[in-house]
Amino acid sequence: MVSSILPLTVSQALVQRKGKTLLGPVDLKISTTGCTIVMGPNGSGKTTLLRVLHGLERLSSGNTSWQVPVTDARTRQAFVFQTPIIMRRSVRENLAYPLMVHGMGKAEAYQTAQNWAERVGLADALDRPAPQLSGGERQKLALARALIRAPEIVFLDEPCANLDGRAIREIEAILKEAQEGGTRIVMSTHDVGQAKRLADDVVFLMHGRIIEEGSADQFFAGPSTPQATALLQGDIVE
Amino acid sequence: MGEIWEGLTAGFWLVITLDADLVEITLRSLYVTLTAVVIGSAIGLPFGAFLAIRRFRHRRATIAVLNALMGLPPVVVGLIVYLLLSRSGPFGVLGLLFTPTAMIIAQVIIITPLIASIAHQAIRDLWAEYHDLLISLSTTKRQRIKTLLWDGRRALITASLAGFGRGIGEVGAIMIVGGNIDNATRVLTTAIALETGKGDFALALGLGFVLIGLAIAVNLAIHTIGKTESEGKW
Repeated sequence: MVSSILPLTVSQALVQRKGKTLLGPVDLKISTTGCTIVMGPNGSGKTTLLRVLHGLERLSSGNTSWQVPVTDARTRQAFVFQTPIIMRRSVRENLAYPLMVHGMGKAEAYQTAQNWAERVGLADALDRPAPQLSGGERQKLALARALIRAPEIVFLDEPCANLDGRAIREIEAILKEAQEGGTRIVMSTHDVGQAKRLADDVVFLMHGRIIEEGSADQFFAGPSTPQATALLQGDIVE
Repeated sequence: MGEIWEGLTAGFWLVITLDADLVEITLRSLYVTLTAVVIGSAIGLPFGAFLAIRRFRHRRATIAVLNALMGLPPVVVGLIVYLLLSRSGPFGVLGLLFTPTAMIIAQVIIITPLIASIAHQAIRDLWAEYHDLLISLSTTKRQRIKTLLWDGRRALITASLAGFGRGIGEVGAIMIVGGNIDNATRVLTTAIALETGKGDFALALGLGFVLIGLAIAVNLAIHTIGKTESEGKW
């Protein structure tokens, strides 16, 4: 039995660049199950927080700790970027890439890639150059590539920004399926409706600090801060 | 004008009649330069990628020196290689002076910085694009370099072609280390220099046109094989 990498604990995490504080200090615990939605206005530190959790951002002080050594934890998580990073390869090769760099043979990796392409509706595009895909298709490809190794946790940085309703619905369906399969989800979004549909718990950020954190039911029923209340009412929050 | 026309005619007949000397020196030119390009690419492309992704002390200075070496004077390279390979030099015992191998060594020294520098520019841009993804996927440094070289291969073909262009037209270094010996180390550029010295401008021009045609043919062939500029490629 392989032990879980979760929960993830963040203690006094602070990110400063060129004398400016981008995040923190923040304390946060990501439990073993569910979907955490990170909300907040532009520049509040959502992306930085996700990058810190995933280990892409160097901390100025504080620390993050997994239940296993960090090198082990790194290979059991994934990240989906707001602007999908699409490799200059075919869709099949993009999907197979994470499998092959972690030791899977080409034939098996390609077969798994094909299965995933069918799951996310990209089966017809398998041999197309991935950079030629539409915005929605690119994000689905990035999501499938992140999920293909069955990570224990996946971080998503506004994966549905600039997508239309149909693409958003498809991506949410993939996320729900992944969550049912046991993948922990941590995702940032501006979309209150999407947060209500997906969240089990919510982290609300302002100016790099977590000002509200709790269960989704509690947050949406009665937020405890005026900024969160304003956001849920559709007011401009800055 | 007359001499250019005579040169064109001479070049045309040399090619049409498959002149034995022309074929021999053309093949030698190709052998020397293509071998140098293969070796230069094997060194320069991974080194360019390494410079793009690895942070180390004096990295900027290394890149500046590499860029400066793109303008390395071939005659100086030829002189240094000559001294190293001459009988009294440290590698004199190998007996390489005035052989095609010596010419290849000189060309490798001349073109490798050019290939590495262009590769570095191309890979740097691709690395900026792929950085977060490759870090996120916990790839090793070796896997990153391999990925960047593969996905950037079309830009890297240009780097190798630039090296080929510099090598095939080079005369100073290979004249010194090769000696322009008939049936041994004579190549198109040294033959052109010789014929010009003898005053046979028509033949020199003819050889020159063959050289230009050869450079264009090799570039076209590599672009065709590499499928650059093709519809649906990236």
